Amino acid sequence: MSQLVFIAFQDNDNARYLVDAIAEDNPEAEVQHQPAMIRIQAEKRLVINRETMEEKLGRDWDVQEMLIDVISIGGNVDEDDDHFILQWN
Amino acid sequence: MPVKNKKLNLKDKYQYLTRDMAWEPSYQKKEDIFPNESFEGIKITDWSQWEDPFRLTMDAYWKYQAEKEKKLYAIFDAFAQNNGHQNISDARYVNALKLFLTGVSPLEHAAFQGYARVGRDFSGAGARVACQMQAIDELRHSQTQQHAMSHYNKHFNGLHDAAHMHDRVWFLSVPKSFFDDARTAGPFEFLTAISFSFEYVLTNLLFVPFMSGAAYNGDMATVTFGFSAQSDEARHMTLGLEVIKFILEQHEDNVPIVQRWIDKWFWRGFRLLSLVGMMMDYMLPNRVMSWAEAWEVYYEQNGGALFKDLERYGIRPPKYQDVANDAKNHVSHQAWATFYQYGHATNFHTWMPEKDELDWLSQKYPETFDKYYRPRFEYWAKEHPEGRRFYNNTLPQLCQVCQIPTIFTEKDDPTVLSHRQIVHEGERYHFCSDGCCDIFKDEPEKYVQAWLPVHQIYQGNCEGGDVETVVSKYYHINIGEDNFEYIGSPDHKRWLSIKGKQSDDKESGSSQDAA
Repeated sequence: MSQLVFIAFQDNDNARYLVDAIAEDNPEAEVQHQPAMIRIQAEKRLVINRETMEEKLGRDWDVQEMLIDVISIGGNVDEDDDHFILQWN
Repeated sequence: MPVKNKKLNLKDKYQYLTRDMAWEPSYQKKEDIFPNESFEGIKITDWSQWEDPFRLTMDAYWKYQAEKEKKLYAIFDAFAQNNGHQNISDARYVNALKLFLTGVSPLEHAAFQGYARVGRDFSGAGARVACQMQAIDELRHSQTQQHAMSHYNKHFNGLHDAAHMHDRVWFLSVPKSFFDDARTAGPFEFLTAISFSFEYVLTNLLFVPFMSGAAYNGDMATVTFGFSAQSDEARHMTLGLEVIKFILEQHEDNVPIVQRWIDKWFWRGFRLLSLVGMMMDYMLPNRVMSWAEAWEVYYEQNGGALFKDLERYGIRPPKYQDVANDAKNHVSHQAWATFYQYGHATNFHTWMPEKDELDWLSQKYPETFDKYYRPRFEYWAKEHPEGRRFYNNTLPQLCQVCQIPTIFTEKDDPTVLSHRQIVHEGERYHFCSDGCCDIFKDEPEKYVQAWLPVHQIYQGNCEGGDVETVVSKYYHINIGEDNFEYIGSPDHKRWLSIKGKQSDDKESGSSQDAA
């Protein structure tokens, strides 16, 4: 059986950069557009990298800023100063 | 020039907050300070293993919550200033909000109380901090939901007395008793019930597809509070999963206790969500996905991945999961049929779906809708203009545990009502399912005390024995304004006048054969 992790964001200006960064760093991920939200799912693992986000935004970015736009997640969370990872073991 | 202090990294900040600010008691015994930590049988050997994966500290918490609130209230203001209620898809939609405000928002407040209390019960500082933050989050949700809906209260009926109704109205005893059950359990059961089974396994079904649906129906205020609340839920869900893993890793004796709680609270939550299924399939004029589709994505797929992950702890998927999965094709129709029949005793309106809506249901539920539900709905739709809008004046048999009328059917035969009964200490008790009956058998001394609305009416505790008196005096539902059929209701007429249309008099006068 497949084990999908997922993350959903509000469909807003901030999230556009998050979705771009995630798509770049997780080429296998599937991006689903639904009314007012964007849901991204992937097999076993998804990562958001601070470095990629800072490149996209052209400014410093704190990993915890994703808390403002996130709607929901599925998977074990591992967060530190450089990345936010969702995974099933 | 003074050297600027080097910023602590996330892990260090979290460590300082949750470890170094706590202390070991010296002149009182730990078990006297935290007397509720052991009676459930859960064994904690090392609280320092507790981790919050978000590693949120108070400074970051206030900063991000303040930002969320600013965004949210800017949207509420814009919604009110621009008469946003005029731009929703259809006024039938507002009835979902009435159910939300009376059924869900008070649960947010109950969750606030629950976390504030259990936070006090844990000797581990990490758990106390997590509970404190979640208590504040839940209070915020309760408040923002009331603020969002206060605008609708100016323009539509049925939203005027939510807290009073939550404590009294027959169908609201379903969500109320769910949270009361959790709050009267021990602290570890509360976390398993609410943080894990409810937040992690099931709240996506409440907040994600339904709120996306609110957006699709032009309700900017609700989608915004929904997603703003859900951004906190992402933290709560993560915590729910960590709580379960923490308890299971502490001692092998914890595994069977946690498994029993997961079985119980999955079933309790699944029953509670029948209301949400009905809101999605029947109360959103523009539909995003069916309840069955939402169940497949958010329970079968995501829940499946979760329980596979928990296998290594010796945890299996919840008991009666097969019954719940099968029921995805039935519960929303059975619940709507019930509310339609009892529309004289609700603070919101009910109606029969229009033809294109029936077609959508037929398409989404090819195995069940045409065979079991559509003919009944078409019959009721035909009766109404003949002056025979159907209302059921017999009070229903309630399940002793979930408190839902025994309206659900057997897994292997949707033409047979599911009903279980047992005799306990000389009294007979009734249940909607094996799931609820098992929960009773585990703790009969708790559930014999259930406050069942129908029993209370018959015992004379609700200011009268007839439906009309109970509804108006005890529930504070305004008869002829808040209740009965949608077509011809004051809300319907107001909506037609907003849209510059005349009401069709043939269709009004729908309340004539009601209690």
